[in-house]
Amino acid sequence: MRALPSWIAWFIKSPKMALALFLIVCVVATIGAKNLYFRGDYKVFFEPDNPQRVAFEEMQNIFNKSENVSFLIVPENGNVYQPSTFELTQALTEDAWQIPLSLRVESLSNYQHTYAEQDDMIVTDLIRQGQTGAEHINWVKDVVASAPEIAGRLVSDQGQVTVVDVTVQLPDGDQTKEVIKIADFARTLEQKYEEAYPDHEIYLNGMVVMNDAFAVAAQNDAETLVPLMFLIITVLIGVLTRSLYAAISTLIIVATSIAITMGLAGWYGLFLSTATVNVPTMVTTLAVADCIHIIVGMRLFLDTGMSKADAIHKSLLINKKPIIITSVTTAIGFLMLNFSAVPILADLGNMTAVGVMLACLFSLTILPALLTLFPFKGSSTEAQKQQKFEALGHWVTKNYRKVLPISAVLLIAISLFSAKNELNDVAVNYFDDSSTFRQAVNIQKDYLGGMSNMDFVAYTDEQYGITNPEFLSKIGQFAEWLEAQSEVQHVLSFSDTMKRLNMNMHADQPAFYALPENKELASQYLLLYEMSLPYGLDLNNQIDIDKSALRVIAVLDNLGSNEFTDFERRAKAKFAELAPDLRLEAASPPLMFAHIGERNMKSMVGGTLLALVLISGLIVIALRSWFLGGVSLITNLVPAGVGFGVWGMLSGEINMALSVVLSMTLGIIVDDTVHFLSKYQVAREEGRNVEQAVHYAFRTVGLALTTTTIVLAAGFGVLTLSSFALNADMGALTVIIIVAALLIDLLFLPAFLMWLSKRKGATEHDQISKQT
Amino acid sequence: MIRLASKHKWLGSLITCAILVTPVVNADEESEKEGLRIATERKESDRGWDNSLADMSMILRNAQGQESERRMRVKTLEVQEDGDKALTIFDSPRDVSGTAFLSFSHSKEPDEQWIYLPALKRVKRIASQNKSGPFMGSEFAFEDMTSFEVDKFTYDFLRDDTYQGDEVYVISQVPQDDYSGYSKQIVWIDKEHYRVRKVEFFDKKGDLLKTLEFEDYTLFDDEFWRPLKSFMYNVQTQKSTELITHELEFDAGLEDTDFDENSLRRAR
Repeated sequence: MRALPSWIAWFIKSPKMALALFLIVCVVATIGAKNLYFRGDYKVFFEPDNPQRVAFEEMQNIFNKSENVSFLIVPENGNVYQPSTFELTQALTEDAWQIPLSLRVESLSNYQHTYAEQDDMIVTDLIRQGQTGAEHINWVKDVVASAPEIAGRLVSDQGQVTVVDVTVQLPDGDQTKEVIKIADFARTLEQKYEEAYPDHEIYLNGMVVMNDAFAVAAQNDAETLVPLMFLIITVLIGVLTRSLYAAISTLIIVATSIAITMGLAGWYGLFLSTATVNVPTMVTTLAVADCIHIIVGMRLFLDTGMSKADAIHKSLLINKKPIIITSVTTAIGFLMLNFSAVPILADLGNMTAVGVMLACLFSLTILPALLTLFPFKGSSTEAQKQQKFEALGHWVTKNYRKVLPISAVLLIAISLFSAKNELNDVAVNYFDDSSTFRQAVNIQKDYLGGMSNMDFVAYTDEQYGITNPEFLSKIGQFAEWLEAQSEVQHVLSFSDTMKRLNMNMHADQPAFYALPENKELASQYLLLYEMSLPYGLDLNNQIDIDKSALRVIAVLDNLGSNEFTDFERRAKAKFAELAPDLRLEAASPPLMFAHIGERNMKSMVGGTLLALVLISGLIVIALRSWFLGGVSLITNLVPAGVGFGVWGMLSGEINMALSVVLSMTLGIIVDDTVHFLSKYQVAREEGRNVEQAVHYAFRTVGLALTTTTIVLAAGFGVLTLSSFALNADMGALTVIIIVAALLIDLLFLPAFLMWLSKRKGATEHDQISKQT
Repeated sequence: MIRLASKHKWLGSLITCAILVTPVVNADEESEKEGLRIATERKESDRGWDNSLADMSMILRNAQGQESERRMRVKTLEVQEDGDKALTIFDSPRDVSGTAFLSFSHSKEPDEQWIYLPALKRVKRIASQNKSGPFMGSEFAFEDMTSFEVDKFTYDFLRDDTYQGDEVYVISQVPQDDYSGYSKQIVWIDKEHYRVRKVEFFDKKGDLLKTLEFEDYTLFDDEFWRPLKSFMYNVQTQKSTELITHELEFDAGLEDTDFDENSLRRAR
């Protein structure tokens, strides 16, 4: 028997000593995890000098922030113009000022209506406390009909729904705590008023509520489905290997690999984000695969009657090289994410690379030590299973003329469907109809249209530039254009306010609902109006401090990220045509997320595909064979094509989480390829022909690869139960890809090898592989 | 000294009482009285200046660091037994130059405010319910711009402290008007001259909203202390406004007729 390197052998010789030292290393490294903290804010996706981030932050600094919570008030009888709804709206508006971090509360009741009274301009709340008489209600109804600032925004066009909108100022950095605090407070208000007004339904909506729903959904899954996933993985390993100790040993390696990876990240000063929370799952896949290779190998040799020490020794010997090749190439693949423009994806890549290497190291050292200490006995069942796989190998080599064309056509056909996929990240669609947030979104959609705002800021770079009648008329035209677009639900433009002020100053004559003719007049109307607004209802959300920039707020349907960014381009082009000398910026949280989706997807998928190609290059070097490296290129890339092809058939909608799946499955894809090909190569080098080499590969790795795939597919299958589409889709696509990878390696790959050997002459490329 | 001694005697008997009855309530009453005393002393120590004329700048800054300056002249008239009167005339920006703002501060009733718009040649009254609104787009609310009157608040003495090396009283004051935008204010008043050095404003939900700091206190006519700079900072939005006095003249010969609707129209 060939010898293992002495440092690996030491772990088998002195398992107790090894485990004691390992325990210390684990504790020390894992303490670092206390330094980890979660950042859920958008900034983690962008470099500090990213142009979209700069534009967005500039807008946030100049105007008020635009994160919000909104209460949708739905009276049962479908008419908000009644005393109880007025009373409710007025009281809720008052109470909404108590929401933590609230800056501004807007509703039908505190809308600052202006009208002329003799020679005076009156500015007043639309509904003051107690103003619920029939006469007042009719007056409000008339006002709403003539005020584009409220109609369709604070009250639905048919008057079935009214909105109390609260703007909050979230701090920079991690906002999770504040988001939860705000959402909790809003929910208590919602309950209080639903109890007090049983003939009304109240729904919560807005950016903050959405972020909260995200946090809650992620937390629910993290508390139930993710532990269940680990449980199923452990139990299945136990069942499939018929050994409790195999399951426990694997669990120990997986847990310590994850713990030390996260601990080291903490020591290094990294933080958790929506990307890096996936690191444990990614490390799990390859750690499970590594352990199963060694355990299955050991059991096979135990069954042949070897002593346990020898069986472990032999299993390590045959698995060491492929495990190291798989781990190193996968780690390098993940390091490729450092080229991504998204900083947290670089963190994800680095952390996973470290985790994968740790899993490799531990499965070659700590796992043998554990296996040495735990009792294992030989049995005949493993040998039987092994024979089944060898029989499958025989079947493939015998029928390769059928298997190859059928599988090739099938793979190509399925892969073609991946073109059907479209990046369409509609954040609200992540939640199914059972979530209260999604119900609120649906109500909003039915009565008011979407909830995605896009804010446009026109900069004049001149003090009081915005009161220039020419500028205001351009803005008015732009607002009209926006209003005319089918996806736009509402436009809030100061040009409308200015028209109304002009009318008020001319005794409310409708003929004067137009922009004032000169700049001084417009400036002084603005001043008068501004001086008449109470705290929290000022114009800071629309006009900057030196009156040089104006913000126009458009509310759109809940579009996918592509359509959203496309609308941005169209609007900018339109404004450039209207006012070529003015600068217009567009920004808003939904727009940021739209850009994030696009960027994330591109970097992630592009980066991973590049990594797979690079890994094939590395396999050329590791196996010292151009031929096998070339073959691995196919088996590495095709599972991704098939996976996304199946997805194209099933759904066709790609969201942010799915872009991570390819990276998540990268390790398993490579593992399947490398283990199969390296066993094949060993057999060829020992002088067997292609057919025999394929049989050998089936016998030695078929069981391990299948076990790994079943275990992981069942584990990730659990995630498909999530009501949160991000996790459910991620689980489903992961299962599809790893199953596809296994089938390709067990059916297409051997048939392909057979076909190549028959076509080119069996000896040719093997000679090359030996020489290089 | 006598006052101080007698106060201590009084305090002593109070403590005796406190031990006998309920200590908390008595301590509160005591601090409320002390708060009121300080506020009253603050008002009393600034009596008799009659009228003044100031040349000022208001500089607005936002979180992005952008600045916007407004130049203005402020005429003020002391009114015995009630709040003061003030007339502010804006000289810049050009678009609002000539706009004038008149305010009557009242100790018991709501304040009154008017604005004159030269392009319209009209005087408009501003509803007192809007006292919480921003003054000229700044971080100062109307209610921050009108004169201090004892009756506008209830008081509570919080603690003795030092501020920039000077001994100060720290008191809290709660606005009596429902239309105020504040739940309370905390005021730092120096013990030597009863000058306000710093104010913290709390919004209706009880969170810190703004801080106001007075700097460069200068003695005019050997009698009246006025800050040449006041700096208002909004902690929630990071916006700020600085009020700078370039020139200040007392006894500028102003009288009641300079503070009415006609004077608003004449102001230029």
